[in-house]
Amino acid sequence: MGLEQFKNRNVGTQNYTMVDAGHSPQGAMCQFKQVVKRTFKGELFVGLWVTMRSMIKALFANDMHTVKYPLEKLPISPRYRAIHDMLRLLESGHYRCIGCGLCEKICISNCIAMDTRYDENQRKEVSEYTINFGRCIFCGYCAEVCPELAIVHGPRYENASQQRAGFSLFEDMLTPIDKLNLQQEYDGFGAVSPNADENIKQTPLAY
Amino acid sequence: MSEVQTVDNMISITIDGIEYKAKEGEYILNAARANDVFIPAICYLTRCSPTLACRICLVEADGKQVYACNAKVKEGMEVVTSTENILTERRAIMEVYDVNHPLQCGVCDKSGECELQNYTLELAVDSQSYMIPDTKRETTNWSSVLHYDPGLCIVCERCTTVCKDMIGDAAITTAKRGGAELDKSYKESMPKDAYSMWNKLQKSVIAPSNGTGETNCSDCGECIAVCPVGALASRDFVYQSNAWDLKRVPAVAAHSSDGAQIYYEVKPTSITDRTEKIYRVTNEWNYVSLDGSARFAYDFQNTTASKDKAAFDAAIEAFKKAETIRFNAMITNEEAMMLQTLKEKMGVKLYNPEVKAFQTFLNHYEAASGNSLWTTDPDAIMKKSDFVISIGAALRNDSPAMKYAFNNVQKLNKGAGLYFHPVGDTLIPTFGKTVEVFTHKVGHEELALYLVLDLFADKEKLPEDVKEYIDSFKKTETKTIKEKEVKTVKEMVLNEETGEEEEVSKKVTEMVDKEITVTTNGLVDLLGGDASKFDAAFEKMMKKKEHFSMMLGEDLYYHEKAENIAKLVALVEATCDMDVVMTPPKSNALGVALICDLDDAQSGYTIGYNENGDFRLSALGDGDLDMPALNQQEGTLCNIGKRLLPTNAAVEYNGYELNDLMKVLVGAPELTIDWTAMLPTDRGFKAIAFDDLTNSFDNDGSDNRGYRLETSNVETDLPEVEKCDESALLEGEIAYRCNPARQFNDFTDKSHEIFEAFALYASTEKAEALGNKVEVVFDNGSITLDVLADEKITGDIVKVPDFKAAKGVYDLFGGSRYKTVTLRKV
Repeated sequence: MGLEQFKNRNVGTQNYTMVDAGHSPQGAMCQFKQVVKRTFKGELFVGLWVTMRSMIKALFANDMHTVKYPLEKLPISPRYRAIHDMLRLLESGHYRCIGCGLCEKICISNCIAMDTRYDENQRKEVSEYTINFGRCIFCGYCAEVCPELAIVHGPRYENASQQRAGFSLFEDMLTPIDKLNLQQEYDGFGAVSPNADENIKQTPLAY
Repeated sequence: MSEVQTVDNMISITIDGIEYKAKEGEYILNAARANDVFIPAICYLTRCSPTLACRICLVEADGKQVYACNAKVKEGMEVVTSTENILTERRAIMEVYDVNHPLQCGVCDKSGECELQNYTLELAVDSQSYMIPDTKRETTNWSSVLHYDPGLCIVCERCTTVCKDMIGDAAITTAKRGGAELDKSYKESMPKDAYSMWNKLQKSVIAPSNGTGETNCSDCGECIAVCPVGALASRDFVYQSNAWDLKRVPAVAAHSSDGAQIYYEVKPTSITDRTEKIYRVTNEWNYVSLDGSARFAYDFQNTTASKDKAAFDAAIEAFKKAETIRFNAMITNEEAMMLQTLKEKMGVKLYNPEVKAFQTFLNHYEAASGNSLWTTDPDAIMKKSDFVISIGAALRNDSPAMKYAFNNVQKLNKGAGLYFHPVGDTLIPTFGKTVEVFTHKVGHEELALYLVLDLFADKEKLPEDVKEYIDSFKKTETKTIKEKEVKTVKEMVLNEETGEEEEVSKKVTEMVDKEITVTTNGLVDLLGGDASKFDAAFEKMMKKKEHFSMMLGEDLYYHEKAENIAKLVALVEATCDMDVVMTPPKSNALGVALICDLDDAQSGYTIGYNENGDFRLSALGDGDLDMPALNQQEGTLCNIGKRLLPTNAAVEYNGYELNDLMKVLVGAPELTIDWTAMLPTDRGFKAIAFDDLTNSFDNDGSDNRGYRLETSNVETDLPEVEKCDESALLEGEIAYRCNPARQFNDFTDKSHEIFEAFALYASTEKAEALGNKVEVVFDNGSITLDVLADEKITGDIVKVPDFKAAKGVYDLFGGSRYKTVTLRKV
């Protein structure tokens, strides 16, 4: 194995690159000119007229192009990738996650972490599980790699919060046990394809 | 690897049309591996005997199908690694291994580094043709560290092989599984090798060889290391982490003087605690075998340390008024160098009871033999020796590398062995049929060396007085014994058919008195052997033996007559065609012995570094100033193989280091590892910077870790040796300073997977006689210990451990390893 990583003892030294952000006006006169130019260009009124036209149509001609969010929401595609859900097994109600760690491994923004342990029933138990939604880019790899269809993307896309890094724990994402009957089977990213049966070979069984 | 590959023991072979060089007498598989040619193999372990369980290493050699793991290369041999038939066999074998193998890779600890996964993918097994009803097999724990899941086991027998051929415990074996018989039709329809492999596999499972559910072994965990699947795991590691999440930190096992190669595998402790923690220790098991302390004593880091300025200033003050620095062998070469610098610049005494005797012994040995260090190492012994002698080492406890080498020579090199030790041991005789164990009296170590001289020396070379002394033990007697003699007697018998007398010869056995001269070797009797049987046994042992090696242990360094013993060792080397290895007592004793000028005693204000003292520097987290433990610092260690080995920091350390103190006291370079290139070149070190040290093994097993210390050899005259001093014999109740296997120091004791207690160890009978608790009374103090029975010990000598520095066991024993004591029941 390579030993390079152990030879770098300059922990914390990184290379930063500055981004070219254009020029801002120099001096008071230039700033004033920019304000005047932007104010009296007239583009504002073009936009206002478009809005006005739609408003009149909506109010008087009942010709509406938008939905009344948040009172009204559009159905979203099953392939939409929003905040994750953790599903349960329908029969036993036990959570599906087996703690294999594949989601943790495949996550390209490195936002999934999990702790596992050997439990009393000699099974692998997920003792802690968290997703850092400040880093998650909703790529869907975790759902795709999950061998148990345990972690899936749910429909909850309203995740505005007061701080950038929001964490979700296992229990937050897990289907509440009393709402198990409402749990939807997921057929988005990572779900079994409709023709899956054609793609597998049978294993002989001696029973 | 010490054996130099010369051109003349290399032959050429062809593998898949390409010509390669190979060592004569090597297995095809090893030859291929040494040349970076891939031949699949599951059950074979380098350095162990071929098991022939998996049969997947099939190759064609000169047109004939053979198993690469047990067919030897011949000059001009043409090897083909895959033919159509071989590929069919291999595919069928992998399909069989996959039959009923639990589909739980998702939770399996081995997933990602599993050889069953790898070979299934390598051989592209994408469908299954065979079936059989599965057998229910329950998960069990074999010991405090071993966890076995027979459901995952593919019975490759690597664990049993390594336990027998390398470790020597032979604690596990194959057992009957029960369950369904194979369908008869498979015999015709399946490839032949796959069928016979399956037939065996279906009947077997691994179990402790003592018939109980628990192994009675040294808990080294090597079986875990070699398991290709998830069947064997450390109890502590089960379901803790996936292999791919762990970062491997190359390091050196810190506790014994083996200096075994290890990787600390680290990962954040948990979701909430992101500080890195060591989850397990792994090793390059094809080239190195670990003992229990190396594998399980890993979490001894100093976690409480912080940069406490007040403590630091107090330490500076303490150093300024210190007269002595007391330390032990748990220290890197760099730190030892720093202490030596302190001695030179500030005039402090360096006191190290663990190493001092060893250093003195080395000096005596150098003076007598002209060799600056011993002449072989455990690796070299395993590779070529076929006769090993161990004197003065509690093989099971002191030096795992020597135990493994002793055992491996018996198993793989068709070797023989002599084991001299005052404490009887039931395990050593099981290493091989030609192992003779001498349980001699304490103080008779010199006689053991005289016996070696008698048995192996070229008598021409021996000095006259030594020859006379040896001959003085021999008694020649004339004995009359009855012997069977077969005589042919001729008789005249009347032939009834012809009526004539005929001469017929008949064989008659008669008992005849015969006079013979018997030479009994008094040395053998004195050493606790049986002289009347020994000669015959020894003759058997010596058959076809070419390379002789001798292992010396700590008892000799602490011997009253250590100087004479060192001379005898030199004499053995000079006259016997025998090389020698000495085990440094614990950790980096060799490094300390080479670097530091140690003083005989401590005096005045003492700074203890991981030892008792007026001011304590401690990596255990309980001292006046914190120090980094050996898994928290970079540096180098010297081992029994005479190598300087680099080790890396596995976990974080937040406090001050010795180098920080040095900067204030006498001035020092920026980093601790800047001292590496400054190690004394006149003692065999090289001026190589730490970052330029390599740390790897080659595919053929050559060790490229660090560098081999330079050794010198000066021609010297034969040393003048003294006779054995019988007055040094100890009588009565004897205590032996010896740690239980896996325990070496406070750090192993701190580790949570080491369970061996600080107690008095005795044979079963002795322990019964002693009761639960005793006070061991020495001349200069006493210690109260619980009594534990070790069923592998025989005899009356009791073992008192020294791994807790605070208990001051070294002081109780003084300059020796054996003491006459009084045992009082408490």
